[in-house]
Amino acid sequence: MYHIALKMLTGDRGKYLGIIMGLTFASLIMTQQPAIFIGLMTRTYSFITDVSLPDIWVMDSKVQFVDDIKPLQDTELYRVRGVSGVEWATPMYKGLLRVRLANGTFQSCFVVGLDDATLIGGPPVMLEGSIEDLRRSDGVIVDIDGARDKLARPSREPDGKSVPIKVGDSLEVNDHRAIVVGIAKVSRTFQAQPIIYTTYSRAKSYAPRERKLLSFILVKAKPGQDLSVLTRRIRESTGLAAYTRKEFMDLTYDYFMKNTGIPINFGISVLLGFMVGAAIAGQTFYNFTLDNLRQFGVLKAMGTSNRVLLQMILLQAVLVGAVGYGLGVGSTALFGYFMSDTILAFKFTWQLLVFSGVGISLICVFAAIISILKVIRLEPAVVFKN
Amino acid sequence: MGADVLAVRCRNVVKIYGTGGQKVTALGGIDLDIATGELMMLVGPSGCGKTTLISVIAGILDQDEGSCEVFGKDLAAMSDQEKLKFRASHIGFVFQAFNLLPSLTVAENVSVPLLINGVRRAEAERRAEHILEQVGLGDRTTFLPSQLSGGQQQRVAIARALIHDPGLIVCDEPTSALDHETGQTVMQLLKRTVLQKNRALVIVTHDARIFDFADRTAEMDDGRILRIEKSSVTN
Repeated sequence: MYHIALKMLTGDRGKYLGIIMGLTFASLIMTQQPAIFIGLMTRTYSFITDVSLPDIWVMDSKVQFVDDIKPLQDTELYRVRGVSGVEWATPMYKGLLRVRLANGTFQSCFVVGLDDATLIGGPPVMLEGSIEDLRRSDGVIVDIDGARDKLARPSREPDGKSVPIKVGDSLEVNDHRAIVVGIAKVSRTFQAQPIIYTTYSRAKSYAPRERKLLSFILVKAKPGQDLSVLTRRIRESTGLAAYTRKEFMDLTYDYFMKNTGIPINFGISVLLGFMVGAAIAGQTFYNFTLDNLRQFGVLKAMGTSNRVLLQMILLQAVLVGAVGYGLGVGSTALFGYFMSDTILAFKFTWQLLVFSGVGISLICVFAAIISILKVIRLEPAVVFKN
Repeated sequence: MGADVLAVRCRNVVKIYGTGGQKVTALGGIDLDIATGELMMLVGPSGCGKTTLISVIAGILDQDEGSCEVFGKDLAAMSDQEKLKFRASHIGFVFQAFNLLPSLTVAENVSVPLLINGVRRAEAERRAEHILEQVGLGDRTTFLPSQLSGGQQQRVAIARALIHDPGLIVCDEPTSALDHETGQTVMQLLKRTVLQKNRALVIVTHDARIFDFADRTAEMDDGRILRIEKSSVTN
């Protein structure tokens, strides 16, 4: 009988493809919008992700997220270094500074100043040059996306393509000369500003004169040191905030979730997508069963039990659900693939696969249950009516 | 009559649709016996209760009063599961609109009753091809119903009704969708293939052109059998 169920399902190619398309669309919108949402939220803490070496980030206790800089005095660095369990601690400057472009316009850039001695906290991937080149006079490293886009030099031809800045080009950072000594690949950030790496001391010279310029203290714990114990110890002995990488990422993520309109805007979009997808897929499958009601009536009149009919409908639901889900998430993955390395934020996680899988299963089960009730209530005598 | 054994025995069968002021008495106390080897036709105007009566006889509708025994079994006394099994093994159906499953091939359609009875697919389709030879459609086994004429589709439906060797065949207007010549061919096929194994055949029809194929004709009106006549023609 399962063979009959499958042939009933696939016999009318048009209807079969209609159901599959409905479910494909449902799982596509169930995964594509949330993937963009996750991608966007991931960008909020991508700067922390890129700095992988330190275990702990120390900052002012009022800092709410990674871009909420509340500078410290340089002396705080030595206090942190003195805490028991700290292997090493290095300074980091992070600030938004004006960069003057070749055409005279200004572009805000995140300038990251790394510890002069160790250069800890630098970009994760160097495309041109090396991190040590920062030790050259006026040396800065620019991220590739910024180099190609916002920091690019305008073309000399009217309507021509702008020319990415390259190693050897010069910039003007807050009225200070800077020479590009390297191009790096960094994760795109939520703010989408170009990122310029330099040494801590040079960054301080670029920054406006202020009493406090130390943004973060990057800490490595001694081997075997419990990180939660160490963060508590740093907090208690310095009065500063200390977070593990994961905690700092969560702090940033939570800030954006609570204080921006992103979750509600995307939430509505995802919810609507789910509802529309569910309606389309459920309606299509239900219509399919209605269209086949007479055939189920014939089978029932000829002695097929409700149990077997239910199994047939469930098999049909499982099959279209699986195919629709596969095509839907496949389409989302393809979308992500073609949109990778663009400004579009996109992150397709396994949790999203599970979420959409559960969603599609619910839709199919719901549509199947409604259809099944119709078939159970079906009077087999319907076959004698024309 | 071909034999003395009763295939169907109905006594005072009453069926009422609706309640209160909406009550409609579809069957108002039917007494009817149909023997094995007999072709019984139920005739009468639309709404006289013919279809309700064959639905009760076929076990797909429960009467409100009276009893209806098929091969000595009281259908009303059976559980739903028992009734399903009984229908699957003892009753064959031929419908006015053929009711073939459009996405199945001719052989697959014919094999459905065997599949319902638990026969394996390969064996069911082998037997389907064999019976399709008998109804003259041996060269159409892989066709879809939509590729066949109305007469051919009804022959497929007849093959489907016979494949599991049931003792009782119920037919609802089997020739009304067919032209005269095709209708005669279908009736000859029905009478030959059904009655050669001493089965009972009940046909509901308006089609006066086929009345002569009946052994007996029960004329119905207003939910009652007005008269039962033996056919004067020998087919």
